[in-house]
Parts: sequence; C-alpha cells; structure tokens
Amino acid sequence: MLIKNKPDLTYADITPKALYMGRRNFLLGLGVTAAAVKLYKNLPYVFAAKPTGSVPVPLNNIPLSKYTTTGEKITPEDDVTHYNNYYEFGTDKDDPAKNAVNFVTRPWTVSVEGEVTRPRKFSLEEIMQLAPLEERVYRHRCVEAWSMVVPWIGYSFSALLNEVQPTPKAKFVAFQTYYDLRQMPLGPEAGIQLPYVEGLRLDEAMNPLTLLCFGMYGETLPNQDGAPVRMVIPWKYGFKSIKSIVKIKLVSGMPPTTWNLYAPDEYGFYSNVNPNRDHPRWSQATERRLGEFFRRKTLMFNGYGDFVASMYAGMDLMKWY
Amino acid sequence: MDAFLKSKWTKRALFVVCLVPLGDLIWIAFTGGLGPNPITFVEHFTGDWTIRFICITLAVTPLREILRQPQLIRFRRMLGLYAFFYACLHFSTWFGIDNFFDFHAIAKDIVKRPFITVGFTAFVLMIPLAVTSTDRMVRRLGYKKWVALHRAIYVIAILAVVHYYWLVKSDERRPIRYGILVAALLLWRVGAWVRDRRRRQARPAAAPRETATPVETA
Repeated sequence: MLIKNKPDLTYADITPKALYMGRRNFLLGLGVTAAAVKLYKNLPYVFAAKPTGSVPVPLNNIPLSKYTTTGEKITPEDDVTHYNNYYEFGTDKDDPAKNAVNFVTRPWTVSVEGEVTRPRKFSLEEIMQLAPLEERVYRHRCVEAWSMVVPWIGYSFSALLNEVQPTPKAKFVAFQTYYDLRQMPLGPEAGIQLPYVEGLRLDEAMNPLTLLCFGMYGETLPNQDGAPVRMVIPWKYGFKSIKSIVKIKLVSGMPPTTWNLYAPDEYGFYSNVNPNRDHPRWSQATERRLGEFFRRKTLMFNGYGDFVASMYAGMDLMKWY
Repeated sequence: MDAFLKSKWTKRALFVVCLVPLGDLIWIAFTGGLGPNPITFVEHFTGDWTIRFICITLAVTPLREILRQPQLIRFRRMLGLYAFFYACLHFSTWFGIDNFFDFHAIAKDIVKRPFITVGFTAFVLMIPLAVTSTDRMVRRLGYKKWVALHRAIYVIAILAVVHYYWLVKSDERRPIRYGILVAALLLWRVGAWVRDRRRRQARPAAAPRETATPVETA
C-alpha cells in the first residue's frame, strides 16, 4: 500500500539559492552596519583628549562593618557609576560619568571649623587615617523614587567629631562641596545655587550609621560618585549625602541646604526617607530599585528605623519633612 | 517643489522617517543602551518625541505660509497622528510598565500630581483629534466644527510643555526651550489672525480666507 503523506514543506518554501548563499553577505552587512554605528557613536571619544582626572585606586583588606546591611542584593557597580545626580557635572544621569573624567581631586583639603575646640585643616591622607576604614552595605534611596544598594567604605562620622571636639554651642553640622568653574564648567546650568551645601543636626551627625565615606566597591570613590570624600546618610534621601566635601563647619543654628533653598516646600532640612510624606509632585510610597522591574514599597527611614527613629521621637514628621 | 510635495513617495518616505525614533529606541534597547533605569529612559525618550511631533505638527501651518508651500498641508495629519502615536507609547510605558497597571496608584497620581494631571489631560485631549482625523470624520462633523475641535492642539501643546516643566527638578532649560518654541508657534497664529482680520475689515468684499494664500507684503 502506498501511504501518501502531505509533505510539510513544498517547493515554495525552499529558500532561493541566491538568498541562501547570500546569508553570509547579509550577516556581514549587519555586522558592518553595527560596527559603523558603534564607531559613529564613539567618534567624540576617539578624538577626545585623554582624561586627566583622578582615578579610583584599590582599598585592600577592608573589614566588613557591624553596621552593614544584610540580605540585600548589591547593585552592579556599573549602574552606580553611570546613574548619578552630581549637578556640577551636568543634570542628566549619565552626565557625571562623562564630565567628571578630568576632575582632579589630589591634593585635597578638608577644613573642619566653627564651634569646635580643635579646628583643623586635614589633608585627604590625614582624614582617611583618623579611624579604621570599614565596608558598609547601605540602601540608598533617591528623592526621585529610585534606589540602589552600595558597598561604601569609610568610618562613622562621629570619629571625626570626636577628634575636633564640638563646643557646647555646636548644634548642627554644615557641609560644603568643592566648587570651581574651571573644573565644573557646567555648574551654572544646574539651576541650583552652588557651591552645594548640606547640613545635619548634631545628634544625626553623631549617629553611628552616618558615614564619612572614601570609597566603594573596594576602591576609592570614582569622581562621579563624590570623590575623594563624601557623606552617606542611609536613612535620608540621597541628596543629603553630600559629595566632594571641602568644608565642615559646626554651627549653632540650622544651616541652609541647597535643595531646601531651591524649593523649600519640596525638600525639607531633614529629608528623612518617608513613604507617607509625598514629594508635592510625586509619590514617595514606592521606589524602583535599579535593575528591578517592579516597584517596591519604600520603607520608613529607608529601613533604618531601629537605629534612627528615636532621634525623631515626638516630632511631627509630616511637618518636619 | 510642488510635484515633490505632491508625490505619494514623499509621503511614504516621511511615514518611514517618522518611525526612525522608534527604530532608534529599539536599537538602543537591543544594544544595551537603556542604562541602569530603562523604564524611566523609555518614558523620557517617548515623551521627548511626543512633544517634538506636537511642535512639528504645529509648525506646518506657519511653514506653509513662510515658505509659500501650501502643499505641506498634505503631511500635517500624519505628523499629528505620529504625535499621538508617540504619546500612546509614552502613556502606556507609564501606565503598563512603570506602574504595572496598578490602577489605584495611577488614579491617585492623576488626581494628586499636577504634572501627571496635565500630562494625562493632554493625552486624553489627543484622542478625539486622532479619532476625527479621517476624511469621513471631517465631512461628518463639517469643516468648521472640525477646525474648532482640532484647535485643541493649542491647549495640548501648552499642557505638554507644562507637564515637562513641572517634571524637572531644577535644570529647566529643555522645557523652557520647548515653551519658547510653542509660544512662537502660537503667537504666529495670533499674528496671522490679527492680520487677516485687518485685511477683511479693509476689504469687506474679499472672499474669506479658507486655505493659505501666499502672504502679501503690505
């Protein structure tokens, strides 16, 4: 018996020989196109002068701190170095990585002054050696409702305060970022008043979680992440964690802070992470962790309430945002 | 020039050109260029192209007169529909990906966040314009009513600029640039309207201006 099956393929389905033979040319064409596009997009860099700025160097044998946050997946370093708010180097997220390549951060001096018994100008090397460096993984929540998890390197800021000894008049700490138009020509376009200034209440500054930070991911800080020295205050919105510090001043009154000066109704002095207190223009109830698809719920004090909530006992946090 | 503008191939070519931004976005996505926060990237990218197409659409009428190329009108509908197309991509990214159909959060944001309220209003206002963009709908509505309805694009353009302006944190250069552009495009229309009214008063017998006549230097 002759079994006649209907063939799956007919002659009509056969790829024409020329096409079949041409597939390599097609692939080659694709490759050439991709290479050409890549070259075109990289052209500005091909002809650009070699970067002249400071680059990160390894920090070896840094022990893990007891204040490190556990149970969080660390954000890829490439994301943390290419998604920055550092308005002195441009206001787009990928600007600082591009524009801070010529930023020179050596030599560097940090002046600690004001209501302290022992005011002093520290060189970077001196201030780095005040206390043993340790690694701390912290959640970092931006006021723009995105977040990341970063392994910072530094020591509790309280060690510096103990060194300079605040006088009884000292109630707040005022910080100031480096600002130099030659190194930061895009500064005037930022729309905010520069140099960047920030502040903390003295007890906030003394909290063990408050980190004076010199590095991340096993290296000194990259320029776009606030080299060579910055603050990291994990229970507050990211903009409180001031970058590239040149001045720390102990003062008796609440110091001005950059974003509060710009829009007082949107950015308060405290700026604690608070899912219940929305930014007037967007909700703070949820956030997008870089690398994740779904939004996640924002935690009160960014999940650090056990360490910091007592400092705000009795305060109306809707009013003192 | 007229033959070029009237050619169906010109229109077809423009149709493809208007898809280039979308192709660019797909290319960026497949070459890993969306960056650490891809959803926000897509939102900003599609938002940028929406406002650009709104401006391009609004530029057609002034360009017809300034360049004395009345045939440019042939492309206006398509450009407007492309503005709506990119607005749809923008809206659905926000609605379906960023907020993942969380209707509660979305409804709250639309009511509570002024920048979302105006953006959403602009998007909703675009829908009737897209729906009534066919020749049949023009006939059904009657030309006068249709024109009146489609003046909503002026409001949409202003809302789009406000939406952008209220979104940015401190560097307002880009929204202000779009604001200036939209203001110029709308002021040109005010100027044209004043000019036409004067002309009509001066020559009451003249036929009302229906489509653009070359500008007379008076």
